[in-house]
Amino acid sequence: MNKTGSVIGISGPVVRAAINFPVRMFEIVHAGRESLLGEVIRIRSGAADIQVYEETSGMRVGEPVVFSGELLSVELGPGLLGSVLDGIGRPLARLREEGIYIGRGANIGTLDESREWNFSPQAGLGDTIRPGETLGTLPEGTRILHKVLLPPNSLPGRIDWIAPPGEMKLREPVCRFEDGREITLSHRWEVRRSRPFASRLPFNRPLMTGQRILDTLFPMALGGAAVIPGGFGTGKTVTQQSLAKWCNADVIVYIGCGERGNEMTEVLEEFPTLMDPYHNIPLMERMVLVANTSNMPVAAREASIYLGMTIAEFYRDMGYAVAIMADSTSRWAEALREIGGRLEEMPGEEGYPAYLGTRLAQYYERAGRITTLGKAGQEGSISVINAVSPPGGDFSEPVTQSSLRLSGTFWALDKSLAQQRHFPAINWQNSYTLYDESLAGMFAEKLGEEWSRLRLFLSETLSQEKSLLELVQLVGRDGLSEQDKWTLNLSELFRVVYLQQNAFDNIDAFCSLAKMKGLLETLRALDVFVSERLKEGLIFEQFSEIPLRAGLLRLRGTPDTDFPEFAARWLDETKESLDRIEVVVR
Amino acid sequence: MNLYREGYGSVKGIVGPLLLVSGVREAGFGERVLIETPDGLRTGQVLQVDGDLCAIQVFEGTMGLHSGGTTVWLERDIVRIPVGISLLGRVLDGRGRPVDGTPLAFVEKTIPVNGLPLNPVARTSPNAFVETGISTIDLMNTLVRGQKLPIFSGAGLPANRLAAQIVRQASVPGKETSFVVVFAAIGITAREAGYFLDDFEKTGALNNGVFFINLASDSAVERLLTPRMALSVAEYFAFEKGYDVLVVMTDMLHYCEALREISAAREEVPGRRGFPGYMYSDLASLYERAGCVHGCAGSITQIPIITMPDDDMTHPVVDLSGYITEGQIVLDRNLHDRGIYPPVNVLPSLSRLMNKGIGKGRTVPEHRAMADQLYAAYARARELERLKLIVGEEGLSPLEHRYIRFGSAFERQFVNQGESRRDLLASLEESWKSLAVLPVSELYRLPDDLVSSRMARGKDD
Repeated sequence: MNKTGSVIGISGPVVRAAINFPVRMFEIVHAGRESLLGEVIRIRSGAADIQVYEETSGMRVGEPVVFSGELLSVELGPGLLGSVLDGIGRPLARLREEGIYIGRGANIGTLDESREWNFSPQAGLGDTIRPGETLGTLPEGTRILHKVLLPPNSLPGRIDWIAPPGEMKLREPVCRFEDGREITLSHRWEVRRSRPFASRLPFNRPLMTGQRILDTLFPMALGGAAVIPGGFGTGKTVTQQSLAKWCNADVIVYIGCGERGNEMTEVLEEFPTLMDPYHNIPLMERMVLVANTSNMPVAAREASIYLGMTIAEFYRDMGYAVAIMADSTSRWAEALREIGGRLEEMPGEEGYPAYLGTRLAQYYERAGRITTLGKAGQEGSISVINAVSPPGGDFSEPVTQSSLRLSGTFWALDKSLAQQRHFPAINWQNSYTLYDESLAGMFAEKLGEEWSRLRLFLSETLSQEKSLLELVQLVGRDGLSEQDKWTLNLSELFRVVYLQQNAFDNIDAFCSLAKMKGLLETLRALDVFVSERLKEGLIFEQFSEIPLRAGLLRLRGTPDTDFPEFAARWLDETKESLDRIEVVVR
Repeated sequence: MNLYREGYGSVKGIVGPLLLVSGVREAGFGERVLIETPDGLRTGQVLQVDGDLCAIQVFEGTMGLHSGGTTVWLERDIVRIPVGISLLGRVLDGRGRPVDGTPLAFVEKTIPVNGLPLNPVARTSPNAFVETGISTIDLMNTLVRGQKLPIFSGAGLPANRLAAQIVRQASVPGKETSFVVVFAAIGITAREAGYFLDDFEKTGALNNGVFFINLASDSAVERLLTPRMALSVAEYFAFEKGYDVLVVMTDMLHYCEALREISAAREEVPGRRGFPGYMYSDLASLYERAGCVHGCAGSITQIPIITMPDDDMTHPVVDLSGYITEGQIVLDRNLHDRGIYPPVNVLPSLSRLMNKGIGKGRTVPEHRAMADQLYAAYARARELERLKLIVGEEGLSPLEHRYIRFGSAFERQFVNQGESRRDLLASLEESWKSLAVLPVSELYRLPDDLVSSRMARGKDD
């Protein structure tokens, strides 16, 4: 039975209701005449404080507040892929039918009930099915095989009847157990509760991103967590979108959390036209977008990351590798701060509530590489890639620091690199990865032992550059040895050719591991050859006219199939022109 | 209509711009109130309701407000503004009342000033190039129709002059009609407002725009209303009447300071530099009211002006704005001091939507490459300038000297265009001229064939 209280106070998105009955923490309520959706966030002395997911202006004291008794949940089932939801799971495309603005009190289900799915049963009569085990499958898009599992919150049962292969709608029963329970294609799950799994697996598979600097220097593990902090204009969103486009996860959940409306539009317009490089299907087919732009209600922003995580867990449970990206965690934390402020809570650091770290941990710890429930436990994973927008680009602020504690990879974006239009503006001195060692074996297997030496060559050149540049500041460029001048030149080549990557170029946007290795090998061969000639007495200025950079950039732009041949030819040509220069003894 | 009016006389307190009234029944959040005092009427808005206690922000300020003999009448409606095509050419005060006293003719309807969030699915990506006639913007930080691109300025820097120049010159190539200008002056001085209105009058923009003027001497609380009214009017013209609207809001720093004033009066927990924790959401509710919509010819392009206190780009107002807007045009004191106008420092400037509006079929194919080339070369030049201070002239190689020469040619010729209007081709021409200082091998961001054909032409000249 529904219980009804009445509004006694309103302050922005927080509404206080008088109650004379027990209510649950985080219970869903419908507040006011317009029945705005909200959630109980504090219960105190005969009143419940409610965060309302929609704009409250015009709400009056005395209006009814209906308590539902249930927690915020989302309907999970086929049809999520390719959809765009708001922070509380309403499909924006269907809200659009009501006008260009998002009105209030609209109540639309997450999934389309009328759509038909081609179900094929995978279990037989008399089979005992435990939670997380497969009842049947249906194709969702061209590549993802959607598995209909017994929801983790149900009891095991023996199949009395199962639907034959054919078209099914969302709410039609696909199976009946002997105890009379019917299972449909969809079920609801409370978004703040993590879905169970059997066990955790080690971080020894990489999440490939196709971004040279990330895959080479700071690789991330499947099931790991990465943080991308950066001030505005450093390219957080472009980097995240590149990752969403090119990483090798099966399913991507992209949460636009308190960011720009036009950015979501860009994703919506661009992704359906792009092809997934691994499977050659439109990228949109593996995406779920949660869009809660900065001007949409604050409380829904707080809920949006849990919604996204629940959807990610749903596909993980089917045995897929899921990547979840939230842009940006800072906006989410600010939503917490705003609501905390309205509740007049005692603030912690920089006004953020004291429970910021705990809440963040609850989110990050839902990531991981796991074995799913059921007797044929499969491998599934959720990798978290979160952008953080530190105020003033200062990484010491609480959201960045709390995120760092919980993640294994730190991709620091750098304002000065961004100003030089060096993109992705990831600072190679500040960034780090903790998955290095656990992934080393896999990289060696894929690319040979050589790979770790090539990486070392790259990182050593870059660190030498740093100390050489300091030296130049003291003694000037002429004070350097010929070999040092070349090292500086080489590291510049690394920056321009290898570390920079053009996200808007058709070929360069994605770089395969083979090509990364090829490029590094080419650069090392060049280094070996040049260093030898320098030893013979060649002066650096003598070959500074050779257009190494332009040649390497062209090389970088060649398609994978032609790359080895081009690389070999370019190297030969360059060696020849170097050989032509005569050593002048001074 | 209301047959009776609800009035309450029990004033509990007056705190800063807030009036606290108790005993109010069924007060509505965000609703409008009329405050009757012995010496006249004032207006206000309900800011918080707690039981029968209401916090009301008074738009006229609380100076002289009496705690006894004051009656608060509930209007039972949220704040709205009358709109109609006859608004064009009108100058209104910060609360939307005509300053000349002549009432608005032909009001079509009244709309809430708060607006509603645009559905992201209903938006289309802004992708039409806007030619502002300013080289540093058009070529390197392109403005597109439906973008929100603020100008970050410092005290004494000519942001207003630049904004007025943009209003004067902006056009979408290939489109006949010019922008409808919606101008919101927020807490600026009478002199600044006069400058804008004079300029608009001279150029004729005055007849094709709506102007909201909240002066520094007007009530601070009113400043919270001014941009919202302006944007509601802009939305009406853009999405209902199909006009391209250019909204200039100056100065957002004053808006945020008003926000802080109210927040302090409500004894809220302050965030950075005393600004309230919800300032990001609040600013977003303004800036996000820009864009283009599916199936609608109109658009809203925003140019907010934000003064950076002490030229500090990490100041919360500037910082949060930067996170919401789609780029920024940054003015530089050093350039200004050297007499360069417009003193746009291109390095920290950025237009996030640039790539959407440029390139083949929109502007020129080499647009992106040219911008990248200029950025890379200018960044290098600035870095070498610094190095020169340390190691001296002799410490630099001949190539490095050429870079420094490029830097100064770029600033003196390309950036320093003055009040003239350069179309995109003229800007491109200027960029080639400054790049001519560098050897061809350094122009690696530009397509080879283009560079060689250009060099061949250069020799013919």
